[in-house]
Amino acid sequence: MDWGFVLTQTMTQAIGVTAIIYCLAAIGLNVQFGYAGLLNFGQVAFVAAGSYAVGVIVLTFDLSLWLAILVGIIVATLLALLLGIPTLRLRADYLAIVTIAASELFRLTVRSIAFKDVLGGAQGLNGKLGQQFHDTNPLPADFESLPVLSWTRQDLWVVIVGWILVAAVTVLVWLLVRSPWGRVVKGIREDEDAVVSLGKNVFVYKLQALILGGVIGALGGIVWAVAKQSVQPDTFQPDFTFFAYTILLLGGAARVFGPIVGAIIFWFLLAGTGEFLGQAIQAGWIDFLAPTDVGNIRFVLMGAGLIALMVFRPQGIFGDRKELALDAR
Amino acid sequence: MLIAVRAAVAAAVLAVISLLGVTLLGATAAHAADASLVGSFTAPDGTGLSEVSITVSNEDGFSETGTSDANGDFAIVLPGGGTYSVEIDVTTLPEGISLENPDDASRSLLVLGGEKKILTKLVEGEGGGGGGGGFIDVTGDQFLQLLFDGILFGVMIALAALGLNLVFGTTGLTNFSHGDLVTLGAFSALLLNTAGLHLVIAAPIAIVFCAIVFGWGQNKVLWRPLRKRRTGLIAMMIISIGLAIVLRYGVALFFGAAPQTYKQYAGQVGISLGPVTATPKALILAGLAVVTLVVVVIWVQRSRIGKATRAVSDNPALASATGIDVERVISVVWIVAAGLAAFAGVYLGMTQNSVWNMGQRILLIIFASVILGGLGTVYGAIVGALVVGIFINMTSLIIPTEMKTVGALFVMIVILMVRPQGLLGRRERVG
Repeated sequence: MDWGFVLTQTMTQAIGVTAIIYCLAAIGLNVQFGYAGLLNFGQVAFVAAGSYAVGVIVLTFDLSLWLAILVGIIVATLLALLLGIPTLRLRADYLAIVTIAASELFRLTVRSIAFKDVLGGAQGLNGKLGQQFHDTNPLPADFESLPVLSWTRQDLWVVIVGWILVAAVTVLVWLLVRSPWGRVVKGIREDEDAVVSLGKNVFVYKLQALILGGVIGALGGIVWAVAKQSVQPDTFQPDFTFFAYTILLLGGAARVFGPIVGAIIFWFLLAGTGEFLGQAIQAGWIDFLAPTDVGNIRFVLMGAGLIALMVFRPQGIFGDRKELALDAR
Repeated sequence: MLIAVRAAVAAAVLAVISLLGVTLLGATAAHAADASLVGSFTAPDGTGLSEVSITVSNEDGFSETGTSDANGDFAIVLPGGGTYSVEIDVTTLPEGISLENPDDASRSLLVLGGEKKILTKLVEGEGGGGGGGGFIDVTGDQFLQLLFDGILFGVMIALAALGLNLVFGTTGLTNFSHGDLVTLGAFSALLLNTAGLHLVIAAPIAIVFCAIVFGWGQNKVLWRPLRKRRTGLIAMMIISIGLAIVLRYGVALFFGAAPQTYKQYAGQVGISLGPVTATPKALILAGLAVVTLVVVVIWVQRSRIGKATRAVSDNPALASATGIDVERVISVVWIVAAGLAAFAGVYLGMTQNSVWNMGQRILLIIFASVILGGLGTVYGAIVGALVVGIFINMTSLIIPTEMKTVGALFVMIVILMVRPQGLLGRRERVG
């Protein structure tokens, strides 16, 4: 059993590219659910929109990556309008079902043969999607590896820029939620009728929160496409949204740092159990499991963790129970 | 040393074999015997793998070897439905690519004839045709066949949707793990069936077992204590998502990821009933399901506890004040809901197959049904499920089959815009 290896791999994943992608998705959810109280179960559609914007613009149309990022943001905005206008007047549970359905609708549409020429069908879009970004890499060409953390030169550059992006978005959210806009949005979450009686157009505020959260999610999708150089439709399953929710609730909803803390801890635990179990099986400590079982066990534990979290500490690690009671209907 | 082992594992993970869209060719039921196996070999980065050999054979001596083309696609024409063994020649895989699970190199596969949905157009495999082919003329027979298949599918969905609606009506819980109760039903029967019990005996035992353990037990252990603590509905909804993840991956852990079939009635040949074709098992299952639905409806309308259920759905506080034991009603509702879901699971497991994510796959269709019919209503669930089942099948006349669920989800969203209470729901504010 190589504990050093387990720890290295775990740390690398806990603050790695995937953690950044999920962190951005969770920050988006924090704006929508944590602050505005919108139970968006279709966040993965926004992430997919960001990824596909990069894939289509760069690969299918052979245009600039920087244009793709702009397109990704525009597409996410349009998606939020399309999704929000019919559904934001609905009750929380209806909104949850409609948004999860919309995200599956999005996935099934983009993977269909009908749009294969543009969107790549079930295989998705694969190629040098992020080349323009990777060309800006300032790290020395003979870069080998950091101590402890085993990223490649390319991944390290994504990780650096990714966390800067997370920091920038977090500051933006922090400024917004303590602005008058943030107070109105939180008011809607607490008591919609009270805010209406103050003469605020609740619908517009909700829509703005949905757009903002969606665009932040799309940024996660853009990071994904650039880092992995691949856009695969079937990675955008509803489970992605649920993992992002787990991250948000773990860190604490309606807390600015909640998603960041949540993402790091979530991936630390998920990667840690995976690496540990994998090593333990190889070392012969556990003989009733096969290496292929590890993935499933991780998810079983994750689901159990989500249940335990909601039962015993619904406010998460840093959340404030008074801030978000989680029982609006 | 360990690093070296790790590298080997990583190489194994690189092997993504996307097995295998099994699609039946043939325009009408009469031609359903013309089956083919289409699929593609894809590397982890999504590029197609060419020149990979795959051999399909059966016990009757049929054997055909196909090789993937430049896009990684292959297609093998089969003589008809039945069980085939599929073998991938791993030596033809490019260097650096191997199977994640070496056991997957050969497996047996059930290609269903007759009742597995008859496609209305010739399907070209992934990437074969670009646009998915044009439309073909629709004959009256095909119309009826799709309608009939839709009803058979809708009846199955109705079983699951009714349970979901009963639970929602009495407790307010939107249960995202309801689909996994369907999976548990299918696999409970599978477990007993593999242990040697004939399916006719295994299925009812499994349904009763699920009703008690996953219905009564689940409510007792999880939901009742949560209600006592006054946990919010959104928190409960998120807990049901956690539960769904636990159950789904738990099933994958214990039963593996490959689809499985029951020992009996697996490769039934369809019989023709005038203009339509269906397998005898599907007809019997649908008959039993209709009887079950009627019994549950009468039970809700006429029996004491059924009336109490409606009272609780209407107003729990008022029901409690009139002397109804609300918790007892909820217990009964959970038993009925889990039993119905398990029945739906056996139904789906018999007519298609049992796979770890079968419940998740139909969950959104169930949701679409209850929203269409009216969330929390008894008749609404049944009507909604039939409409959605028929709709999903009929739309394959005009849109590609792979997108038929899209149509149902789209209709659900439209319904919510124009009539959020559903077709049969009471008019109340849901916004």
